[in-house]
Amino acid sequence: MITDWIEAGLAAATSDECIVIVRDSGEANLRWAINMLTTNGQMHHRVATVVAIRRTDGVGHAGVLSGPVTSAAELVDLVGQACTAAQDAPASDDSAPLPEPVVDQDYAEGPSETSIAVFTDFAQGLGRALAASREAGTEMFGYAEHHVSTVWLATSAGARRRTVERWGKVELNAKHADRIGSAWVGQATTDFADVDADALAAEVTTRLGWCENRIELPAGRYETILPPSAVADLMILTYWSASGRDAEQGRTVFAGKDPGTTRVGETLSPLPLRLSSGPGRLPAPPFAIVEASAPGMTSVYDNGAPAERVDWMRDGALTQLPYTRSAAAASRQPYAFPSDNLTLDAGSGATLEEMIRSTSRGLLLTCLWYIREVDISSLLVTGLTRDGVYLIEDGQIVGMVNNFRFNESPVDLLRRATEASVATQTLCREWNDWFTFTTMPALRIPDFNMSTVSKAY
Amino acid sequence: MPDGLDPRFTSLPLDPLADAALSRARDLGASHADVRVARIRSGALRVRDGALESSADATDLGIGVRVIHDGSWGFAAGIALTTEAAAALADQAVAAARISRPLTSRPVELAAEPAHVGEWVSPFRIDPFEVGDAERVSRLLELARLATGPGVDHVTATLDMVDEHTFYADLAGSRTVQRRVRVLPQVEVMATADGYHSMRTTNPPAGRGWEYVLGEGWDIDAEVAQLPGWLAEQVAAPSVEPGRYDLVIEPTNLWLTIHESVAHATELDRALGYEAAYAGTSFARLETLGSLRYGSEVMNVVGDRVAEHGLASCGWDDEGVEAQTFDIIRDGIHVGYQLNRQMAYEQGLGRSNGCAFADSSGHIPLQRMPNVSLQPAQADITVADLVSRVERGLYVTGDKSWSIDMQRYNFQFTGQRFYAIENGEIAGQVGDVAYQATTTDFWGSMEAVGGPSTYLLMGALDCGKGQPGQVAPVSHGAPAALFRSVNVLNTEAEGAHE
Repeated sequence: MITDWIEAGLAAATSDECIVIVRDSGEANLRWAINMLTTNGQMHHRVATVVAIRRTDGVGHAGVLSGPVTSAAELVDLVGQACTAAQDAPASDDSAPLPEPVVDQDYAEGPSETSIAVFTDFAQGLGRALAASREAGTEMFGYAEHHVSTVWLATSAGARRRTVERWGKVELNAKHADRIGSAWVGQATTDFADVDADALAAEVTTRLGWCENRIELPAGRYETILPPSAVADLMILTYWSASGRDAEQGRTVFAGKDPGTTRVGETLSPLPLRLSSGPGRLPAPPFAIVEASAPGMTSVYDNGAPAERVDWMRDGALTQLPYTRSAAAASRQPYAFPSDNLTLDAGSGATLEEMIRSTSRGLLLTCLWYIREVDISSLLVTGLTRDGVYLIEDGQIVGMVNNFRFNESPVDLLRRATEASVATQTLCREWNDWFTFTTMPALRIPDFNMSTVSKAY
Repeated sequence: MPDGLDPRFTSLPLDPLADAALSRARDLGASHADVRVARIRSGALRVRDGALESSADATDLGIGVRVIHDGSWGFAAGIALTTEAAAALADQAVAAARISRPLTSRPVELAAEPAHVGEWVSPFRIDPFEVGDAERVSRLLELARLATGPGVDHVTATLDMVDEHTFYADLAGSRTVQRRVRVLPQVEVMATADGYHSMRTTNPPAGRGWEYVLGEGWDIDAEVAQLPGWLAEQVAAPSVEPGRYDLVIEPTNLWLTIHESVAHATELDRALGYEAAYAGTSFARLETLGSLRYGSEVMNVVGDRVAEHGLASCGWDDEGVEAQTFDIIRDGIHVGYQLNRQMAYEQGLGRSNGCAFADSSGHIPLQRMPNVSLQPAQADITVADLVSRVERGLYVTGDKSWSIDMQRYNFQFTGQRFYAIENGEIAGQVGDVAYQATTTDFWGSMEAVGGPSTYLLMGALDCGKGQPGQVAPVSHGAPAALFRSVNVLNTEAEGAHE
């Protein structure tokens, strides 16, 4: 029993306090290219993280070690190494008392698992899609993966927490034989029961059909509809840049005009946008699991603390920034944990199709790629459009357009957005290795800056 | 070198594990099987404004078994290092290959490679993990103190270090054990009083040990001491006028442009389409190999896995192929791709040039780049010589922001510092600069490369590729070089909207 190993580890700790996290993970994946399967795999690993804390005058000195464990003895050994490291460690910048302990009723339960069999139904549909693509003279590429991760978190203060994280995704890319016309669809899932390979193939095939008519457009500012996937990538980057402490120190786009202040309270968008994260309709653990501190965002000292739902924006105004418990205490702000899901909702009922129909001339994007910060102070980012830029004229999609490089700040896009669609669950493109669950609207931007043409398809 | 293979790794039952997995795979009918046992220890420290902000020390240890069975790949990985578990992984890998068979239209075969038996250890003097935490933190705090000065509001110092052990064995008889050590210390200073400005050291990650953090191979103390002055100059610098400029680019910046626009673009898996849905494809198509004019005649690019202190250097790759050196661009013409054994066989290109790498035992080896380096001129052309040829231009130092499209055509880069060049002389810094180009236009505009005295081996610890995602360390050597009439943007103007 892994929980017995954890008890043995905690009992062996010689530090003042100790946190033990064991993550047992299973993963299965399929990858295909040029209408055939290229690789697959099934992996299992189990990693323990030990945070041993030595206190001097209440201030923590932490030794943080992670390693694979296959027995109680290995976990006890890891605890010993972490305690030794804590003896040498200087005071932690993010020191905080251990959270109030909570005990989960299912703590003693074993791990949940996945296997390559999770793709049984999906693979049959994929096989049909690849065969149809070969028949049509097109090419399909893509990837599917599924993870199940059971996490046990215990502290010397008495916390005994357990949660099971399930996440997966599928990406399907279709191309014309000349690889100029290209379309993409993606879906997040927890168990693949809701993934309909035939429906995904039909959608990507429809979108590839929009690429029959090819139109060249120059760089410039265009009215642009950012679909939910593109909005998700931009909002995730904004979320990752939202540390309250960094904003107070003038290091981010959310820094206030006066030293030590932030933009909390400021209206960022004329649309009634609500940006939120945490447990709810999208999956997220109900408590903080932090295997390594992310400076200014999350702290190993917060392990086991509540990870509650937080509104970061309401009615278009910035309402909260993420703070660790330590930073929150120093700034007299509420502790706010940035869970790994994100929802942006304007309360709109308009569909993406309705937004297209009400567009006289503009661009509809599919997704964004290679997004990188150019200027931290404004959060100016650059990146590319990918796998489908479509020209809309008189409410109809009339063809595909070349790709562009853009330079824009997502925060400034919120200011300039003139319309939002209904929020729908979407898979982002750029960051989906790290961030699976988002619900986003499409946004209409009247003057999106397409800085140069990219010859890439 | 005092430190060889770590006995804590070599004392693992490596040969029995390999024997168990390989014999089971052979019994099940596999035509190829390989076993990798890898232990990767990664450490990270970060101090901020005089305090320890975070520390992490993580070890990954496991075993992966890959087979070709009935013409299809199968792979399985786990953490139990017992012969029973290794044999069970071979069972799983063969089962996965059977599932794949109906979706595999072309049987997989591999380019031949002699069997190799041996050990290889990267050159380092001091194991960074044997240095105590207190000493490591103390060194970072020392560097951070050097970076304080007028106008510096915040200082961050970081240290990343990796100790990687890999055992490889295959059915053909190869058995190799390797160890690679690498480190990266960095210091960044920030000013916030007059808007946000930052300046970071330009030293590369290196295939060296703790001695590098102390200054061997790069005088990091000297560079850190100059950061406050450079930052103050940047805060006061005028904003660049956008337009076309001649650029003299230091290797501290040019390495990243080589990485993105040459090294990734000449990966054969990208050119063939295997990465099309993720990392992307390449404009450098297989049918134009040997004829595509990639750049000017002074452009010569070599791939290697042998450069001393190179991050991609090794004895053998993760398919058991011996480390080699090969031409990628010769006199401006694209003449070579990076290969793995499957693609080398499929395309009739002969022996693999050893570009397979997996970032852990839990991942399959992908075609990953070797060290990819732009060659210097034979004559000792100095930076001053290059600058003297420029009437109106910019001198570029250090990497910062980077982005390139999915066929490696259109890119945009910024840097740590941009200096105006006026009438053949370097003048003061200018701000808000990004340069943007199409790959072949950019390399075609390269008029001259510097000589050996301008050459530096730069690189990255964490180049990303593949699904599931993997990271790889890689070095890129480059001289300083002169480019004519490159498009320069003003980043502030790019982000401005009414």
